[in-house]
Amino acid sequence: MIHQYKNNGYNIVLDIASGSVHVVDDLVYDMIELYQDLPEEQIADAIVAKYDSTYSSEDIHEAYEDITALKESGQLFTEDVYKDVIIDFKKRKTVVKALCLHIAHDCNMACKYCFADEGSYNGKPRELMSAEVGKKALDFLVENSGNRVNLEVDFFGGEPLMNFEVIKEIVAYGRSIEKTAGKNFRFTLTTNGILLNDEVTEFCNKEISNVVLSLDGRKCVNDNMRPFVNGKGSYDVIVPKFQNFVAKRGDKSYYVRGTFTRNNLDFLEDFKAMVDLGFQEISLEPVVAGDDCDYSIREEDIEAICNQYDALAAYMIELTKKGKPVTFFHYMLDLNGGPCVYKRLSGCGSGTEYLAVTPTGDLYPCHQFVSYDEYKLGNVFDGIQKTEIIDEFKLCNVYAKDKCRDCFARFYCSGGCAANSFQFHGNILDAYDIGCKLQRKRVECAIMIKAALAEFEEGE
Amino acid sequence: MKRIKTLTNKTLNSTVVKGGCGECQTSCQSACKTSCTVGNQSCENK
Repeated sequence: MIHQYKNNGYNIVLDIASGSVHVVDDLVYDMIELYQDLPEEQIADAIVAKYDSTYSSEDIHEAYEDITALKESGQLFTEDVYKDVIIDFKKRKTVVKALCLHIAHDCNMACKYCFADEGSYNGKPRELMSAEVGKKALDFLVENSGNRVNLEVDFFGGEPLMNFEVIKEIVAYGRSIEKTAGKNFRFTLTTNGILLNDEVTEFCNKEISNVVLSLDGRKCVNDNMRPFVNGKGSYDVIVPKFQNFVAKRGDKSYYVRGTFTRNNLDFLEDFKAMVDLGFQEISLEPVVAGDDCDYSIREEDIEAICNQYDALAAYMIELTKKGKPVTFFHYMLDLNGGPCVYKRLSGCGSGTEYLAVTPTGDLYPCHQFVSYDEYKLGNVFDGIQKTEIIDEFKLCNVYAKDKCRDCFARFYCSGGCAANSFQFHGNILDAYDIGCKLQRKRVECAIMIKAALAEFEEGE
Repeated sequence: MKRIKTLTNKTLNSTVVKGGCGECQTSCQSACKTSCTVGNQSCENK
């Protein structure tokens, strides 16, 4: 399968099955479109008809030979053979290697779009995880992780820092068992920043490998969607705390992460506002919400969002050329050292290698499934009881989904979010269509940035 | 090839043999939490 598109003056050709990425001129671009259907002579006729005498017959023949050479070396028109290689997903043995610890089902804010219902997850009691449950969760992870060395544990909520003392206790416990267990814990934390202080900062810089800081961008945008319980905006409280935190972060990873809604379809301005505040690692996510929410993304918003993604890509290229590069999570792409095909087929790992743990120790396929009682798998004390749900998630791969099978982005997004699919279609083998359209656009932009920066580096 | 610049010729096929160790980061764990992107993860199978 070939996917070809033009963006920001670049003609880009993706050979999906091999993962090859080519930047070509107009002649080759048009010839690749025709290559599989027509013999060389007819392609040449079509080129002459379109471009008159712009290209000589030697040019056309040479381009044809180059395309053929790429095809023969497995970089164009390659067949997708992976579904034959990875035959039975259900039989594959999976291990748990990442947990999302819902350390606090409670929150000190009242963000309007919160999928966790301010920590109550669809009416569950507001409660904090005990150290006992947290430690048991780490034991469960070690016991179920097979020979995986790197184990990830995310402190999530609600607002995790409402239970900071327990976080410290769980981390200390993890450090005390990891060596003898032959494991390496990577702790991460997502916070709204309200309770950030020097002690938390120092702790995070020592123990937490990645910290996600929630901020939506401009003050008016942030305060509209991210108020305190009393309705007052949070921007003035959290921004200085985030700036202080990032200043002390050194080379450790962090993300300032925002959500955009249909109330700020000009979200490039929010991205720029975050850059102006001094943040360099940024993620901005489209809100995922049903049509009953006035802020949800609709089909008619997609064009505006895609235009913003284009402008965001151009802005990032401009910053890089000025020697001030910033990272946008969804434009990060490792073309040469990216994940293997197994990872690309099997997706995020929810329900198999990634599970969520509630404050009482109940296990769910991921943090977004905690709202759905029917997806409770078991608990950290007794293990997984509903293995049939695990089997359902094992089958979740790009070949099991009709919408993914022929999508050019399938090896970049790997099938999308199972929770989004469940929310919009009632099963995990479908896909959230708006999310797919935006994902495809982001992949196109990310690759265009690679093309632009390769050209820039060549010119240096 | 004067009309074609190849940004990557590392083929996914080659990872069928060596891949699958599972040590890489869980994709949703890193920054998004609301969508799945795998292409931006790095391989840890050095």
